[in-house]
Formats: sequence, C-alpha cells, structure tokens
Amino acid sequence: MSDILLEVNNLTVCYPVWGGVLQRKVGEVRAVDDVSFTIRQGETLGLVGESGCGKTTIAKALVNILRATIPGIHQEGEILFHTAKGPVDLLDLPRSKMRPLRAEVQMIFQDPFSSLNPRMTVGSIIEAPLRIHTRQSRGQRKERVSWLLERVGLQPEQASRYPHEFSGGQRQRVGIARALAVNPKLIIADEPVSALDVSVQSQVINLLQDLQDELGLTYLFVAHDLSVVHHISDRIAVMYLGNLIEIGDADAVYLNPAHPYSRALVSAVPRPDPKSDRSDRQMLEGEIPSPLQKPSGCAFRTRCPLAQSECALTVPLLESKKSGQQAACPLT
Amino acid sequence: MAIGSTASNQQQARALQPLLQVCDLRTYFKIEGEVAKAVDGVSFEVHPGEVLGIVGESGSGKSVTALSVLRLVPEPPGFNAGGKIVYGGEDLLSKTYPEMWKIRGNEIAMIFQEPMTALNPVFTVGFQVIETLRTHYPNMTKAEAHDRAVEMLAKVKIPDAARRMCQYPHQFSGGMRQRAMIAIALCCNPKLLIADEPTTALDVTTQAQILDLMLELKDSQVGASIILITHDLAVVAETCDRVIVMYGGKVQEIGTVEQIFYQAKHPYTRGLLSSLPSVQTHSADRLHTIPGNVPSITQMPDGCKFCTRCEDVVDHCREKEPPLDDTGDGHWVRCHLMNEDFATDV
Repeated sequence: MSDILLEVNNLTVCYPVWGGVLQRKVGEVRAVDDVSFTIRQGETLGLVGESGCGKTTIAKALVNILRATIPGIHQEGEILFHTAKGPVDLLDLPRSKMRPLRAEVQMIFQDPFSSLNPRMTVGSIIEAPLRIHTRQSRGQRKERVSWLLERVGLQPEQASRYPHEFSGGQRQRVGIARALAVNPKLIIADEPVSALDVSVQSQVINLLQDLQDELGLTYLFVAHDLSVVHHISDRIAVMYLGNLIEIGDADAVYLNPAHPYSRALVSAVPRPDPKSDRSDRQMLEGEIPSPLQKPSGCAFRTRCPLAQSECALTVPLLESKKSGQQAACPLT
Repeated sequence: MAIGSTASNQQQARALQPLLQVCDLRTYFKIEGEVAKAVDGVSFEVHPGEVLGIVGESGSGKSVTALSVLRLVPEPPGFNAGGKIVYGGEDLLSKTYPEMWKIRGNEIAMIFQEPMTALNPVFTVGFQVIETLRTHYPNMTKAEAHDRAVEMLAKVKIPDAARRMCQYPHQFSGGMRQRAMIAIALCCNPKLLIADEPTTALDVTTQAQILDLMLELKDSQVGASIILITHDLAVVAETCDRVIVMYGGKVQEIGTVEQIFYQAKHPYTRGLLSSLPSVQTHSADRLHTIPGNVPSITQMPDGCKFCTRCEDVVDHCREKEPPLDDTGDGHWVRCHLMNEDFATDV
C-alpha cells in the first residue's frame, strides 16, 4: 500500500503577466512555488487552501495541461509518475508520449454543468476516452459504458440522454464514469462536490469512496471545504499563496494543526452544532495578499498572529511537528 | 396564533408584535404553460432582534420567498397567487410600486450571493453608496452623502475607506465587495436585512469575518433583524436564533436553532443533519445519504413533497399533504408521523 505512485519535487509554476501596448510579457506570477509532496498508491490526499492559493494549478500541472492551454507558462521541477516501467517525468514529456499516460491520470471537474458537452449524449461522453485510448470494438465500448453507468448509480438506458436531462448530482456521476472509463490509477478531483446540495454531496462522497475500495484508485482531492476533505482524506496538504505550508495525516492536520494558517483555517470552519464553544476561534485579519506582491520570507507573515521580524528574512521549510505532520513554521 | 410563532411565555410576549409576518405566501411561475409552485403556502414571522435562518437545497423556494417579501420577483413569468406579507401593520402585496421603493432600502434591505453581479462594474464603489443615500434622502447634499458613505465603508471595516471610495468593484476582493454590498444595504438603517447566501462565494476565513460583521452590525441597532438564507447548516448553527427548513416550496420544519439541531423531527431535517461529515467520522465511515434527487418543481408529488425520498414513508404520505403541526415550544413540523394515528402504522 505504501508504494509511491506520484512524486512531485520542487514544482514551480509561473503564469505570465502580459502588459503594455504590445502585450509583451512584463512579469510572472508564481502560482505554485517550490512545492514537493508524494501520493502513495491507494490513498487519498486532500489539498486545501483559499482561492488563489494554487491548488487548482497543481491539479492542472499533474495532468500536464497547462503547457497546452496557457502560452508563455513557465514550469520547473519534476512530477514523477511511477508506472510499471519505472518513473516518468510528466513535466518534460513530449505530447506523443504523454497521450498513453493520460489514461492513467484522469480528472473530475468541479462544475458538472460546464464539464459535459451539451451536444453529446451521456453515452458518447463516457465512450470518448475509450475511443481515444483503447482499440475496443463498438459493442465492447457499449458494454463498458453500460457497466460504468450502472457502477456510478445511473441506469444503462440513460446513455442516450443529454446532460441537460440530468440533475447536478447525476451529472457529477457521469463525470466520474467518464474518468473511470479507461481504468486510471490516479484520479484528480478538483472540487468535485462543492457545486452539489448537501444531500447529494454525501451520495457522491460515498460513491467516490466505494469506487476507491473496489478499484484500488488513488485520489488527489482538491477542495476548500475542510470538513469534507477531513472525512475523505488519509492525508491533508494545506497551501497558502503558492506554498505548501503543512502536510500530514488527516486527523493530525485537522485536529491539531501546527501552522498558524492551518489553525486559522480550521477554526474558521463553521460547525453544525449551535452549542459548540467558539470562544477560542482565531479570526484572521485582513485579506490574502496578491500573488503579484507576495511578502518576502514567510508569505503568511502579514496576517500571522505569531509573526516576528525574522519571518521576513527566510522562507520557512517544512519540518516535523509533535503531532506527526510537517509544517513550514519554526515558531510552533 | 399564527403558524411559526413561539409558545413559551417569555417568547410569546415578544411574538406579540412581529417585525414581519408572512402568511400563506404563494409565488408561482408560469413557464411554457405549466405552473411551477416555487413558494406554496409559506408562513413565518420575524421578531425584532432575531436572526432567522431559512435553509433548503436548490429549488426549495428559499430565495423566491426572500424576493417575494421585497416584491422583486420578475412578473411575468412570476406572479403572486395569494397570501399576505405584513410589515408595520400593512400588507406589502397591496402596495404600489412607488410605495415599495420607499420600503426597499429604508425598511427592508437585501444583500445577494454574488457581489460582483450585484455591484455595477462601471461605477466606483463610492458612487454606488452615495447614489443609494441620495435616492433615499433627497435633501442630503453631495458633501454630506460623501462623508456618510466613507463612514459606512469604515463601519463595515473596509480599510482606508476614503481611498477605496474611488475604486471600482473589480479592484475589490470578494470579501471586500460583500462588505461594500452590506454598506450599501445598511446606509438607510433598515429594520430588516435579508441576506441571500451572503457567504457562499467566499472562502471560509472570509466567511467567518463577514458573518461576524453582520451579527455585530445587527446588535448595534436595537430591534434590527436578519433573515439569513443559506444551504449551509453549519452557518445556520453558528449564527441563527430560529430556523425554517424548506423543501419543495413548503416550510417543513420551524424551530429554535437548538430544536432543529438537537431534536429535529422531520425526516428531511434529520437526513440533512446526518449527511454532514463531522469531526468524529473517518474516511472508513460512510456518510448517511438521502436517496434520490430533488424532484423538479413542476413534478412535485401530490402528497408530502418529501415522500419520494423519505425513509419513513407510509402510504398516507403519498395521498395527503401533512399539515404544519405545532409540537410545542414553537417547534412546528410538517409530517404525518407527528400524528399518532399514522405513526403507529410504521
């Protein structure tokens, strides 16, 4: 179980900033700054942080679609994907070599309304990865689509319907079926339940967990809802302004967060209990700074209750803490 | 006694003069010849000084209820099919449009979910605050309005308010835009603030700040109330005094926040509460689910609206809509199982 499936080493992603009359590149935004982590075979790694912290950029970097969609993007570091034939660095893989690997890493998107083509039937949406990645006959593909639909809790007869005929939760099931079609090893789920209603959200979370048990999937679960991430994840990674600031076992990070930012994040989560004592709640002051004007040293120091003058000097590195996780703060 | 009012003595005294009373409100939409009953016989009261939460999933009618109170439902396709909204002794539904203009903003104000679409992108934030002030107080001079606007922005804790006045909404972050929206809504000291999913688009740390700000501002004005519409039960638990649970355009349960969270009686409320992941659950545990999906508003079942997904459903539920019954202490539930004749059938 503890075999490493994916290893991200010193990943840095910089988006270009265009400006001036000629729309030349005038600068760069470091959306992801020197991030390293590993994902083990069969586990769920939760990735949390506020909007703009770089969590979606990491998700996109792992499926290597940034280079194709954003001209002038700059990526450094390595993303080692461990296949049967040994590790492959996804970052500098030519397009032709990337294609077969796309079947191994699939993605589930946040918005089940815009991630399904409204002009294709649900059956052909789920079949598309099979047409691209396998040499199955039409009959085999049809059989597989029926199996997939049934597996995610829909009826095989619904394959001929269009996405608009489904509710949000059902559409998210279609998205999951599409991701599963080619037997991927790793599924990157970018906010898969945040657009869903509470009662449907728990259905989809259970489905994702059942599929993991049954098919031995590995998840990178990107979300901003900490209570959901804590529920589904084995380990949690917390990001702030492009930096990974804490990573460790889900319980350790959620119940005993070590980094002052994680503490504030956890204590800001509302609890469904009117009598819970919130007097110890830490309120963060101010707003997240713009990534264009990232503070020197520790990026969190401008809002940190523990900040000292030396925090401005060096970027703190991840170090092991008492409750077992690693956090990038020397003060706790 | 009107539905939704509280029964305990202490609260009854307060309930004598509710700030807002909604009785049997029906807002329907006519779409392609079909009538969608978005809000179908909703009754509740808002007492001075309380925070009333309305929770429900998408399509439950919670937002349409709020829009109906301010008569902001687009007509057509929407239309009022009955009911009364009593505010200050008068029925808002019988008011003319010019009369409504005086109530909106001055008496009842609203803030919306997505502050980017609610603010006008081509005017500065300061202009939009001043515009509201000058509309409602025609005698106010420009200089007075400017000073008051800066004061309002400072009150909602926008740092450097005087400079921020000259900035456009796109120069504000999500949390700051929501603060500006609150400033605009509160310029004329309304008695009732209706907040429709005010923090849904925000991050958790910003959400906590905005909710705290709203409660703080409410407490600073005597007798002011808030109706907080949300789908997030945890937000309700932390901010509200009383809660209305809606499903299928109807009120399913009303009670104090303790009654709803600790003694929920309606199967839907209980299902919602147990679907939430808690600190104690682990990845090995399965979450409780409510089977199925919310039926489309035009295909609601005849009897109880929740009968298609309810785990405790009995035959009678499919035939007859249960009434909203008082179970004591201001806790009202719309479920046949509350009635002992049917409960024994289960």
